[in-house]
Amino acid sequence: MPVVRAPSLPRMASPSTHLEFDAERVREIARRWSDRDGGLLPALLEINDRFGHVDARAVPILAEALNRSRAEVHGVLSFYHDLRTEPPARHTVALCQGEACQAVGATRLLAEIRQAGLDDHDVQVAPVYCLGNCALGPCALVDGELVARLDRTQLIGCLS
Amino acid sequence: MTSLGRIYVPGDAAAVSVGADRVAQRIADVVATRGIDAEIVRTGTRGMLWMEPLVEIDAPGGRIGFGPVSEHDVADLLALGRAHPLCIGPVAAHPFLATQQRVTFARCGVVDPTSVDEYRRHAGLRGLYRALDLGPEAIVEAVTESGLRGRGGAGFPTGIKWQTVARTPADARFVVCNADEGDSGTFADRMLMEGDPFALIEGMVIAGLAVGAERGFVYIRSEYPYAIRRMQEAVDTARRDGFLGRDLLGSGHHFDIEIRRGAGAYICGEETALLESLEGRRGQVRPKPPLPAISGLFGRPTVVNNVLTLAAVPTILAEGSAYYRDLGVGRSRGTMPIQLSGNVARGGLVERAFGLTLREIVEEYGGGTRSGRPVRAVQVGGPLGAYWPTALLDTPFDYEAFLERGGMIGHGGVVVFDDSVDLAEQARFAFEFCAEESCGKCTPCRLGATRGRETMERILAGERIEPNIELVRDLCEVMRDGSLCALGGLTPMPVLSALEHFHEDFARR
Ligand SMILES: Cc1cc2nc3c(=O)[nH]c(=O)nc-3n(C[C@H](O)[C@H](O)[C@H](O)COP(=O)(O)O)c2cc1C
Ligand code: SF4
Ligand code: FES
Repeated sequence: MPVVRAPSLPRMASPSTHLEFDAERVREIARRWSDRDGGLLPALLEINDRFGHVDARAVPILAEALNRSRAEVHGVLSFYHDLRTEPPARHTVALCQGEACQAVGATRLLAEIRQAGLDDHDVQVAPVYCLGNCALGPCALVDGELVARLDRTQLIGCLS
Repeated sequence: MTSLGRIYVPGDAAAVSVGADRVAQRIADVVATRGIDAEIVRTGTRGMLWMEPLVEIDAPGGRIGFGPVSEHDVADLLALGRAHPLCIGPVAAHPFLATQQRVTFARCGVVDPTSVDEYRRHAGLRGLYRALDLGPEAIVEAVTESGLRGRGGAGFPTGIKWQTVARTPADARFVVCNADEGDSGTFADRMLMEGDPFALIEGMVIAGLAVGAERGFVYIRSEYPYAIRRMQEAVDTARRDGFLGRDLLGSGHHFDIEIRRGAGAYICGEETALLESLEGRRGQVRPKPPLPAISGLFGRPTVVNNVLTLAAVPTILAEGSAYYRDLGVGRSRGTMPIQLSGNVARGGLVERAFGLTLREIVEEYGGGTRSGRPVRAVQVGGPLGAYWPTALLDTPFDYEAFLERGGMIGHGGVVVFDDSVDLAEQARFAFEFCAEESCGKCTPCRLGATRGRETMERILAGERIEPNIELVRDLCEVMRDGSLCALGGLTPMPVLSALEHFHEDFARR
């Protein structure tokens, strides 16, 4: 029998799997991280993953559980690119604009995608700077999945 | 029933991004319907990335390879074997690999990264056993003797850092692995964590023994979800196997590792910002002194090392410091995993002893540009590295040779550009990147980068070019001399090197 070990990239929770705000669940996450050193960022990340963003109502819950001021929690929340305070669009494209991808046309690709009007409330296109796949550019994370050697047709194909 | 033995398909994120999972699935289907006896193993990547997905099959003279394979090739490939047009013969004999000196990456792409048995069979844990025999002082001495310098960018001697941590009195010490790998054009940390995660764990355990730390953290950027999962699994496996955790390998020593995820901030690769982030705060740079080696994570003496630095340590212990030191040139000892990317025909990982020339890297390994047009510029060392013309391609790859010519090797990224590149635009981008990623702590960086971007935009629009170039130079001086960390301090490097070597791109508006 063939033995197949085929791990694939873990999928990010897509908007369809994001949960509605639930104070009890937030409290549970906060409690779990409260006795861990430096637990605030991992707690925020977990909330962000679970609910798609960090609702303003989560801030006081975290502050209390982790014994930090609301201002501190807010400061951390606003610092990191990954942490959102609004729900994400249905699809997200993080298109690499790092130098190695620029060298194979990533700047033009971003302009073309924006021109094609794909960047609307359904699809959010954002530049990122390097996805660690620089030999196979242009690269993007499309709904959390890494895709490489992209061109315009392919990228539009990914999205429709 | 035919038997094919083991079939290897990389499970590395780069390979998966070009279809390796589909290929693996198709192989499993074909093998099952034809009743072939075979085991499919998901390895890391060999680093011949233009050839991914690269499928390998056991053969008497060593594994033979096929690439780049798509799922549509699989049925024919399994039927034809060596006669298939995608066959590249014995993989290890391929010119891209045969001339390399794989020390840190010896196992990557070869072994099943989830198997401790295979890790042991391929020389894994020998360094750790040796370290347990030697004891802390002799470990530090071996690392110092090897000449190993930090591979994260600054090139600081690793042995000296460890000695400082070991000698600073404290109730606890930490080992932090910097796996933030934010530099564009670099991917070796990711490749290693996905293809040989136990090597990093072994290196961290040895560091823990050397400095008397019992806890370690690996801070991995969020853009690497697969590496995060791989490392988490590897830590669990290592603990189960007994070479991590309490009383590791029955030695009476304890060392455990926690995996932490970044949250999308380039500055968190800077060691003090990384420590702030690990402590659960905004990733803002701390003034130095105190050095993290004296007062680091939670105020305790802390080793902060890059993935490649730590992963080089097991070999140094296992083979002896002389083995490592005898590779390389001048004050650059050992091997450097060089990452070749951008507009290049054969992009991938080239691990060689220091001292080969940039030309060998770009022309012989890389085979020139992917577009087929002439090479015009290379940027070495990430977004803060210099842009160089082809006239500098004969520079040997070593820390000092690069510094002498106004560049830096950084984390070992080499990005190739063809003649369609506009270096004035690249200079504008360097400021934009700095403005985007600045932590905001100091004015020269925060305001200088924005001013620089605006000024470059004027130059690109053909406005008052020469006075604006002067302004750019002044801004660069202020940023270089007045910034707290190297993000602001080194942004002038790509800008000024572009101005120096490609002035025509600024003037011709
Ligand atoms: C802006 C900036 C970004 C950095 N990014 C990284 C990084 O992504 N990975 C890394 O290992 N070092 C990075 N460094 C270097 C670290 O500050 C530090 O020198 C390094 O982690 C020490 O490890 P090493 O001695 O093993 O190189 C960065 C430095 C600066 C100033
Ligand atoms: S140079 Fe920039 S990134 Fe570095 S400390 Fe100052 S503001 Fe922060
Ligand atoms: S520069 Fe685009 S993946 Fe690295």
